[in-house]
Amino acid sequence: MGILDSKIPAGPLADKWTKHKNDINLVNPANKRNIDIIVVGTGLAGGAAAATLAELGYNVKTFCYQDSPRRAHSIAAQGGINAAKNYQGDGDSNYRLFYDTIKGGDYRSREANVYRLAEVSGNIIDQCVAQGVPFAREYGGMLDNRSFGGVLVSRTFYAKGQTGQQLLLGAYAAMNRQINRGKIQSYTRHEMMDLVLVDGKARGIIARDLVSGEIERHSAHAVVLATGGYGNVFFLSTNAMGSNVMAAWRAHRKGAFFANPCFTQIHPTCIPVSGDHQSKLTLMSESLRNDGRIWVPKKMEDAVAIREGKLKPTQIAEEDRDYYLERRYPAFGNLVPRDVASRAAKERCDAGFGVNKTGEAVYLDFASAIKRYGKEKALTSGIKNPDEATIIKLGEEVIEAKYGNLFQMYEKIVDQNPYKTPMMIYPAVHYTMGGLWVDYNLQTTIPGCYCAGEANFSDHGANRLGASALMQGLADGYFVLPYTIGDYLSSDIRTGKIPTDSKEFEEAEKQVRDRMEKLMSGTGIHSVDYYHKKLGKIMWNKCGMARNAQGLEEAVKEIADLRKDFWENVKVTGTMDSKNQELEKAGRVADFLELGELFAKDALHRNESCGGHFREEYQTEEGEALRDDKNFKYVAAWEYAGEPKDAKLHKEDLVYENIELKTRSYK
Amino acid sequence: MSLIKSSLARKFVMALSGLFLVIFLLLHVTINLASVFSPDFFNEASHFMGYNPLVQFLMQPILIIGVIVHFVMGFVLEIQNKKARGIGYVKYKGSANAPWVSRNMIYSGLVILAFLALHFYDFWVHEMAYKYVEANPEDPTRYYTETVEKFAPFWRTILYVVSFVLLGLHLWHGFASSFQSMGINNKYTPNIKRCAKTFAVVVPLAFAFIAIYHHLNPITH
Amino acid sequence: MKLYLKIWRQKDASSPGKIVDYTLDGVEGDMSFLEMLDILNEELVSKGEEPVEFDHDCREGICGTCSLQINGEPHGPDRLVTTCQLHMRKFNDGDTIVIEPFRAKAFPVIKDLIVDRSAFERIQQAGGYISVNTSGNTVDANCIPINKHAADEAMDAATCIGCGACVAACKNASAMLFTSAKVSQFALLPQGRVEAVERVQNMVRQMDLEGFGNCTNTGACEVECPKGISLTNIARMNREYLSASIKG
Repeated sequence: MGILDSKIPAGPLADKWTKHKNDINLVNPANKRNIDIIVVGTGLAGGAAAATLAELGYNVKTFCYQDSPRRAHSIAAQGGINAAKNYQGDGDSNYRLFYDTIKGGDYRSREANVYRLAEVSGNIIDQCVAQGVPFAREYGGMLDNRSFGGVLVSRTFYAKGQTGQQLLLGAYAAMNRQINRGKIQSYTRHEMMDLVLVDGKARGIIARDLVSGEIERHSAHAVVLATGGYGNVFFLSTNAMGSNVMAAWRAHRKGAFFANPCFTQIHPTCIPVSGDHQSKLTLMSESLRNDGRIWVPKKMEDAVAIREGKLKPTQIAEEDRDYYLERRYPAFGNLVPRDVASRAAKERCDAGFGVNKTGEAVYLDFASAIKRYGKEKALTSGIKNPDEATIIKLGEEVIEAKYGNLFQMYEKIVDQNPYKTPMMIYPAVHYTMGGLWVDYNLQTTIPGCYCAGEANFSDHGANRLGASALMQGLADGYFVLPYTIGDYLSSDIRTGKIPTDSKEFEEAEKQVRDRMEKLMSGTGIHSVDYYHKKLGKIMWNKCGMARNAQGLEEAVKEIADLRKDFWENVKVTGTMDSKNQELEKAGRVADFLELGELFAKDALHRNESCGGHFREEYQTEEGEALRDDKNFKYVAAWEYAGEPKDAKLHKEDLVYENIELKTRSYK
Repeated sequence: MSLIKSSLARKFVMALSGLFLVIFLLLHVTINLASVFSPDFFNEASHFMGYNPLVQFLMQPILIIGVIVHFVMGFVLEIQNKKARGIGYVKYKGSANAPWVSRNMIYSGLVILAFLALHFYDFWVHEMAYKYVEANPEDPTRYYTETVEKFAPFWRTILYVVSFVLLGLHLWHGFASSFQSMGINNKYTPNIKRCAKTFAVVVPLAFAFIAIYHHLNPITH
Repeated sequence: MKLYLKIWRQKDASSPGKIVDYTLDGVEGDMSFLEMLDILNEELVSKGEEPVEFDHDCREGICGTCSLQINGEPHGPDRLVTTCQLHMRKFNDGDTIVIEPFRAKAFPVIKDLIVDRSAFERIQQAGGYISVNTSGNTVDANCIPINKHAADEAMDAATCIGCGACVAACKNASAMLFTSAKVSQFALLPQGRVEAVERVQNMVRQMDLEGFGNCTNTGACEVECPKGISLTNIARMNREYLSASIKG
């Protein structure tokens, strides 16, 4: 089987997970009390895993760099969470959710993992409702659903535009219950600096108390990394400012393979960049595409006039608008998957039809939805022959009830009223499908080191469907990892407490100290952000929505050069032994500078276009992605070997027994 | 005991004692108004209040306890609240998010307390001395004259009127807010607030009117 | 535009702090308030000075990490926004802006503008949850029909981001709005009713232990809350607490 054993259970697809749960070893409740588990990251995956592990009886320590577990970036997810409940009776099923996810991921994910995800999805909703998550409801008291991109059913559960927040608060509440019981020790404002291996097994971490600056050793029988994605390698992304790859990258350097780093999701509906001062990008939920229509002007002169401020979008006649998604993909229209929508926007803007100052924006227009809803509302309110103004007023009320918080957010940032003039949107880095390679049990290639949520690579292939990230995070955390980890820990019941005074801990701590000292010793004049922004530019221009071999080769080199410059010249103020945000950033950017190179190398080696990975050399005449299943139907898992460019490739072939590989079509 | 230590219970006590004092004010203003319209009725009512044992030995102590509880609790809460801030702001823009009256209940309260001292001295101490120290016989006709004579000096009338303004401000926030403290905030709240604020204007206005009226209309012998 | 900044600088929890003046040029209206501070920090670093530390993370108004008392108001003069969503177009050229940490005895300063809000953590830990185990083996989600109005109201309470603006705005540094939002969310849902009596008592007890002030119904919290959490939640908590006290 080679190094990469995915440990997919035998048997029919639908029975694999049940059978696996029956077959794996368990730890008895008395022994669980003697076993410690570290969970790094407290978002949906980490928070849920910590709560369930503590519930099962393990002693759990959680770590997060934020001042509270509740602030993990899962909180920012807006639109919703998928589950194959088929409450709408529109033909949904576990199989259909499984199929949509595999297809949406452009056939680059594991069948068994994805099926399991679909299988437990319904349970997530049950669990969350029991926890008091206030999902949106219909008047009859039943749960409401909406639609998301890339699917033909309504299976997305939501809590206004704050679904991620509500789900995270649910997991956080479950954590709090265990903290109150003393089963979880929560370390906030702590950052994992390194993974500690003892006899080849993950046995603890070195963490830094971000307030005191103290370096701490924490031991455990297993370590779970649930530290999210690495989209911030682009500097500008929809991730939180603190989101970073440090934990995953440290594990990678200690032997965990990094899978498909180039699979990045560029989300089509974000607020466009306004200037060089920009520190982050804000997403406008995909749910807006349920009602918003995306367009640019048909005529070049109109686009130019709009950019120069001589024309307003509302002045452009219907026949002079190019609803390019509806034109190109009539079957799915504005609800094509994210990668397709993003590339289409880029194509129009590159062709010169962009609508803001920078030429990098398209319109998301609610005028027709407002009219449609307004007419409906007028009818149901018993208003006969309503005039135009009444229709618009009523329609705006409906839109406000559905998306009010998003519209408010847009207005605050852009200073335009999206009820009256179309929103401007542009794609932005949002999610990373790649991550640490894990087997069916979510274990990385380091024994005892597990990885859950966005931090692992497992379920979304080359492109993630909307409302699936929350589903995966909670599935991993609540329902998968707590059980599969028992199989590994069952051999640890006699191990006893792991001492932290061993030479392995000593060495790891010394390495962490040395690295920090080196960061502090830079003598240059440039701040950490200066390097981060430079890295982001390289990534966006050469590893962004469209990539080509030449650009990627340049990127590999440029990033290596930038890294060298960084280590020699970066200026980090303050001291090591106190609160020091510059030092925190420096450590994170140092790892991004390595990951970025591996990212480019991965993108360069994958000579095909699939999902979020679009290589300009591999496209159809119509500009659609050209996948190469003959040569690239595998997971690229990279083994660390010194410099990122020397990383060693391992392939996990993807076997499709239940799905026929097809060209993805949304036409 | 733990209930009394709880911040919510203390607020509840504030609200309840406050509401009790509101009821007392209503009674007080009603009787006082009689002094303008019907001196005889005023005398009668005052005599009843002054000599009925139920009023004197049950209601009056309860009232005094109510006043004391309201004030003492107010001070306790204020001290706690001051402590809760710790280091103060260099710049604090309270006016941006809350009305002046709601932020300065302690000051309107303190003025009312000072007024109460004067008011006690003016009427209650006098009454106690009259009844128990000097042991004068009952005289059911003296109240009207005594009251009107009190408002002869300009300074006292002014002090009273100013105090009534502060009382109004105190009531403006306090009366409506007591419902919130007791957990009442529902569809009737806007109406409750309207009534409470009307009360906060009308009652002190009536008190002030009485004081000014008597000042301007002294008894000529 | 050009701005005159007066910023609270404090080395650590045990050192005294003071206001330090800075002048910043080249600020644009499209910048967020935190991006303005980024620029100031970039300048400070290039001069070899220590940058101003402030809490921030998502920069889209949902994580609740950012704080700051700006010209005497938490999250600044705009309404229904967090500091990260406050844009510089709300200020004018030549303005003086005073920037301080959220002040409360229960929120001690860690450094500069960063405060320790772990008191909120402990309030939540005292009872801000429904004691259901996380196995997923519960009834089907649609077996608990919930009145839409109640669900919406619970959602409105649940949108609290735990930023602490309510405490910072309140003249008494009271945490009633925060605590009541969580109590309300669960009190409104049938799932939460089971433990309602214990929850409200435990959470209020912890809130008092942390040293927050008392609610005097000024309503400042509601006005400054970036998520518009309503005072009705406080009334509901008062009600819940009183009835819980009577019940036991």
